[in-house]
Parts: sequence; C-alpha cells; structure tokens
Amino acid sequence: MLRLDLDILKQWIARSSRVLDLGCGDGTLLHSLKQSHDIEGYGLEIDAAQITACIAKGVNVIETDINQGLSHFGDDSFDTVVMTYSLQTLKRPDKTIAEMLRIGKECVVTFPNFGSIRARSHLVFKGRMPVTKQLSWQWYDTPNIHFCTVKDFEALCRDMNIRILNREFTTQHSPDRQLKGIWPNLFGETAIYHLSK
Amino acid sequence: MDQLGSVGIVSPQLFKFDEPLELACGRVLSGYELMVETYGELNSDASNGVLICHALSGHHHAAGYHSEDEKRPGWWDHYIGPGKPIDTNHFFVVALNNLGGCHGSTGPRSINPDTGKAWGREFPPLRARDWVHSQSRLAAKLGIRQWAAVIGGSLGGMNAMRWALEYPERVRNCVVIASAMKLSAQNIAFNEIARRAITTDPEFHNGDYLKYNSLPRNGLALARMIGHVTYLSDELMGTRFGRELRQGSFERGLEGPIEFQVESYLRYQGDSFSGSFDANTYLLMTKILDYFDLAREYNHDPVQAFRHALSKFLVISFSSDWRFSPQRSEEIVNALVAANRDVSYARIESDLGHDAFLLPNERYEAVFSAYMQGVAADIRTERANSRGGA
Repeated sequence: MLRLDLDILKQWIARSSRVLDLGCGDGTLLHSLKQSHDIEGYGLEIDAAQITACIAKGVNVIETDINQGLSHFGDDSFDTVVMTYSLQTLKRPDKTIAEMLRIGKECVVTFPNFGSIRARSHLVFKGRMPVTKQLSWQWYDTPNIHFCTVKDFEALCRDMNIRILNREFTTQHSPDRQLKGIWPNLFGETAIYHLSK
Repeated sequence: MDQLGSVGIVSPQLFKFDEPLELACGRVLSGYELMVETYGELNSDASNGVLICHALSGHHHAAGYHSEDEKRPGWWDHYIGPGKPIDTNHFFVVALNNLGGCHGSTGPRSINPDTGKAWGREFPPLRARDWVHSQSRLAAKLGIRQWAAVIGGSLGGMNAMRWALEYPERVRNCVVIASAMKLSAQNIAFNEIARRAITTDPEFHNGDYLKYNSLPRNGLALARMIGHVTYLSDELMGTRFGRELRQGSFERGLEGPIEFQVESYLRYQGDSFSGSFDANTYLLMTKILDYFDLAREYNHDPVQAFRHALSKFLVISFSSDWRFSPQRSEEIVNALVAANRDVSYARIESDLGHDAFLLPNERYEAVFSAYMQGVAADIRTERANSRGGA
C-alpha cells in the first residue's frame, strides 16, 4: 500500500477502535494503525507467506478464505472493516461489500480504477489489457478477476443503498494530480472510499 | 549457538508436593509427585519459562535423549531445541508427566498412602483444571511467576486454554494446536469404544489388574489401535500402506494367511503401546478429554470465558485432522476475536491427520517459529525496559 493512500485511509479510522482488514497482506496497514491509532486489529489473509509475515510483525492474522463468507463475524462487531486492493480479486465483490457493511459500522475500500486514463489508453492505443506497475499481471495469470471503474463502483453503491461518506483518489503521475479532483474516473489511479450503511 | 539441533542428553527430575491438592471432583490428594524435564536456562528474572502440556499418551520426555543408546528422541523433539520453534536458546522449557499419568508422576500405578497399595481404579477422577493447579505449584517451585507461553496440542491444548482462564495474569501467550473447546459426540464415541475395549478385557479385573498381577494388554492394544486410526487420515493410510500385503498372496491355488501391511502396522502400534502404558491412566485421560468443556462454567458462552483471559493466543489446525478438525480450532478463534483477545490462526495443509502436530511440516514450523520469536523478542524488550527503569 502506498504511503499517500495509507495517510488518506488513516483519517477515517477512530483512535482505539476495532478494525478488521480483509486481505491484510503482510500486516503493514494494521501494524501502522496499531502504532498511530492504538487500534485493536485483526487481519484476514489466505496466503501462507503473508500470514507468517503478519505473525512475525506481531499482527493478529486469521487464515480465512474471504470468498467462503464471513458469517462467523457478528453484526456491527467492528468499528471499521477495511479492504485495500483486494476488491478486484473476489469472486463476488458485491456480496463481500454487503458483508463488510454488516460486520462493520463503517467500511473503507480501495481499488485500482480501471477507468483511469492510463488503463484506458493501454486498451485503446496498445490494444492490450492494461498492465501497470501496481498491477503487473498478465490477463491469463492475474488474480484480479473483477476490475471496475469509479463510475461502476458508485453505481453499485447506489444499487445497494450504500452511503459514500468520503472518497479520495490518488495517482502516481504528477500531471494527473490536479485533474483527478475534477475528473476522478479519468485521472484517479487508486480510488479510496469511506462507506456506511 | 543458534544452529538447529538437539537439547542433547537430558534427565528427568521428580518433584514432590506435600501440600494437599483439592481436586475438581471434591476429593483431596494429600500429596503428589510430578516427573519433569527442563531444557534451556531460566533467565535471571524468570520471564522465559515455557510450559509444554502433553496430549493423551504423552509424558515429560518431550525433547532430547535419555542416553546415547536411546533410539528415538522425546515426543516433540522436532519443535523443541536450539534453533527450533520452541528455541531453547531463548526459553526455559518445562515438560512434565501430568497428574494421573503413568510415566513417573502420581497416578493409578502409584501407592495410595491411605492403603499402602497401588491406587488402581480408586485413583480420583481428574479434570484439566486439576492439572493446571498441580502445574501452577510446579511453576512456583521453579520460581516462575508467569509463563512466557503455555503450549499444548490436542488434549494439551485444552490444558493450555484452561491455564489462560484459571490464572490469566500468569500466562503471557497461549499456543493451542489441533485442539477444541469441547469434544464432539463422535469424538466421545471413539473414546467410549476404546474404554470398552479395555474394561471388557478379562485381565482388566474391574481395574484391579495389578492386584491380580495381570495386565489388560489386549484391551489396551485394541484401544490404541482404534485411537491410532482416528489420528491418521484416510489419505495418509492410503499412501503409506495402500493395499500392500505383508505376507501371503491372492494368487489362485495359494493358501496360507494373508496380511495387509496396515494390519501389521496397527498390531505393532497397539502391542508396543500396551506394553508401556497403564490401562487405568488411559481410562482417566480419555475421561478428562470427554469432560472438558471450556465454557461450561461461563454460561456455556466461550466469548464470556475468553474475556477472562489476558494472554495472546496462537491457534493452529491441520487440514486432514478429522479428530480435532479445523472447524473446532476456528470456533476457538471466533470466540477469541469476539472477546477482543489477540489471536492469530493458521490452518496448515497436511495429509498426516491429527498426528500432524507432532511431525515435521515446513509451514507449521515457519508459523510456530515466527510466533515464538515474537515471544522471545517481547521478553528482551521488557527486560531492556525494566533495566532502563531501574
């Protein structure tokens, strides 16, 4: 996770709150939130090496296949449920988002915006599926099976009656930084959404 | 010193306790003895003690060798030693034979001071909490006020969880491997079949076999064979034995006994066990397993139970373990999360069944090591802080 994305996300996490991180990777986010916000955090992860990395950091990690459902977590049992850069890997992102909003009072979701100019131009000019620094997979071996754009995501939020509390967009390309505020679906590379029921 | 290795030659020590121990059943043991082995060095502030809780048929000999000639090391030698997950370069490891056992600690084979004869079937029934209380006195004798970690697999995991609830402030970490908060009906059923095998052996004499100078070897062997099958997975038995024959042939015209490899293997397991284990101890231990119910006195609510714990938890399960399945471990984890306790959980891929917790496995070792290195690092930090403050 990029430093900038992390800083944005952190503004929406309350001090000493309970945080569940879906697809927590090596535990960097939870470790950082523990230090800066004194949170009580748990990460869910399926990758063996990442789980060991979390344990080595002293981050609570629970081996879980998110696609199998999260019914073992109670309603509103967390203050915030976070999912960074995992939305596009899920079998049914809509069902997982519904679960996140059931378990958490609020949610934070970050995802790569497939409507960004970089992704669009890859397809338009190269005629190839977008391959970027952050998403360096080829179409046939990628774990990212459900890409969406900012517009797609907001349409889903409308359909599911999800409230968008905040949204931010980031990009690594400096010329795009001014423009992402005006035209996020074109110039935001990463979308960061703060949601509630 | 950091190389992976053995704790080397070790010798057990007998600890005597003269204070009466009130048991969960209401009866009182006027005194008792525990057979103990320790590995590694206790540090000056006694903050690096690790207690190993054994499973059904375990004992104090968890690591190293008793002599140069001993063929096999202690039962958890893969995981205890210098450079191993329970690293004796960092920890003072305490392994004991639990009360009620038959490897030197007070149990059914010991002399009842009131009668001058072996306890036999008169030995009081025990609960996991009785083990915890007897172990807590052992800790006191060793000068350990708080364990850096209490660790156990299977029945030992139940023992470890009970520690975290009975003496919350005396356990910093609780490692629960291939265990459960309570047995399922199927699990109790297997234990009952095993007990029935023992108690119906004509040599059992209603538990007084020692008086008759006999041993219910067949019953005990059968009990072990049943248990052993449930500790392995179908997959493992398939790959290890398949339908290989040890003797005989199905060829036309050939007579004579036919024996599958798996038959001979099981017979060997049963026979070697029945020669070294006490039948009354087996009955007692399986009852402790059956009766264990972590949340019974917490309104049957494991979340409420775990709210009493102060330790951090590591929970590990194995994919092919059907006796203590991953679901049982996940119930523990869910209750811990709901109780707001620190917990990490790994479900290790293995085809070795329940026995996987005793055997080498790269990922299991990695997870276990990473966690225990964190425990060791916390000890170092705390010691540095207290030195700085002094």
